[in-house]
Amino acid sequence: MTITEAHNPAGVTAPSLPLAMVLENLVKFFGRFAAIRGITASFAPGRLYVVLGDNGAGKSTLLRIVAGLMEPSQGKVELLGAGKIREVAHRIGYMGHAPLLYDELSGMENLRYFAGLYGLHDDRICKDAMSMVGLDAELSRRVGQYSQGMRQRLSLARAVLHNPELILLDEPFSNVDVRSAREMAAVLGQVRDKGKTIFVVTHQAALMEGIADEFVHMSAGQIVAREETARRADDQVKTTS
Amino acid sequence: MTTLTMTRATLLKDLRMEWRSKDAINSMLFFALLVVVIFSFAFNPTAEESRRIAGGLVWVAFLFAAVVALNQTWARELRNQVLDAYRVSPAPPNALFLAKAVGNFLFVVVLEALMAPLFVVFYELRSVGPLWQLIVVALLGTWALVVNGTFFAALSIRTRSREIMLPLILFPISIPALLGMVDATTAILTGEASPDFWIKMLAVYDVVFTAVCLLLFETVLNAE
Repeated sequence: MTITEAHNPAGVTAPSLPLAMVLENLVKFFGRFAAIRGITASFAPGRLYVVLGDNGAGKSTLLRIVAGLMEPSQGKVELLGAGKIREVAHRIGYMGHAPLLYDELSGMENLRYFAGLYGLHDDRICKDAMSMVGLDAELSRRVGQYSQGMRQRLSLARAVLHNPELILLDEPFSNVDVRSAREMAAVLGQVRDKGKTIFVVTHQAALMEGIADEFVHMSAGQIVAREETARRADDQVKTTS
Repeated sequence: MTTLTMTRATLLKDLRMEWRSKDAINSMLFFALLVVVIFSFAFNPTAEESRRIAGGLVWVAFLFAAVVALNQTWARELRNQVLDAYRVSPAPPNALFLAKAVGNFLFVVVLEALMAPLFVVFYELRSVGPLWQLIVVALLGTWALVVNGTFFAALSIRTRSREIMLPLILFPISIPALLGMVDATTAILTGEASPDFWIKMLAVYDVVFTAVCLLLFETVLNAE
């Protein structure tokens, strides 16, 4: 594993490709409290980043800013080459800490509605997304009656059903049993292998060992270290040889 | 993806959810029924008196009942933070607003249709003026209430005591519309004056406030 400096854009391995994300002196204040303190970093596409840090490190705030749910107090976010997040909203998938699903609707009804928000009206897309996360598309039960693990899986399906290039996941494994969490992590690996860029905020780093390309460590509103994984190092060796 | 398509999809989703939970319609019906019964016991008016006070009575019942529905409007979107899923999508914000406003309009119109016969029975109401004018006033007045109500309910979703905030903001801004609704209804029921001025005023009010709400909704939706 190699540890790189936070401000060094370590992910830039393919200069010909546009960067998935560029953060420029990002600052976020809540009143007088600075949740994000001047983050400058860039992230290459097609990689799976795992964002780690203690509670209050600013991980979720950073993800919400990147998703366009929060305005930064200072600084700039550039996603997939666009300066305005709204311009590339259809290329971004976001899974929040909460499930972002309607309890009164079934899984398929939820996905049908959210697919419609992206201009997708083909039921097969929703069925494929459900089977990808290991859920039965025929399940007529309402989401309110789902277990926590099933909700998380469906939430992941919702975040990726429009085939986004950049996927932002906030605590996708919280309240999920170990087996389901491993399955979800494997799904994320498969999605990354299709060329998608994924950011996973989690406390369960062990789950992402062998799947993640880079661990991004945050503390007190800053990226303090970026650590390439053995998996990425192996890939680079293979590419060179 | 047009605003109209998204409005339709969101409206259908809301109607399906309301059909299953019946949260808004049940609480509105209960509230309006309570007003009708209590006022009829309190006043016990003659047919002539009824015609004079019914305009105010009817709209008080519908206004308070509508507030119950308006408070529910965004509650569903806040549960599980589903609103965030809409905000990160490329769907137009105004489609969400229009769907919510049209949904509330339908709920209140259904309530009015169900309550109208009860008002007639309890207050011995008979309209002296043409009935179609009453329907026009009901539609214009209801839209005036729900368009502002939906907007201000969205404005107050991030406040702690949003159920108190909504009437506090909504009632003062709705005074011109309420005046129009009550006076037009009384004018039609009694046949003593022409309701034309009030109907025109309601139409103008609706156009102006719908435009303003549509212009400002995106800012309200993305406010932190």
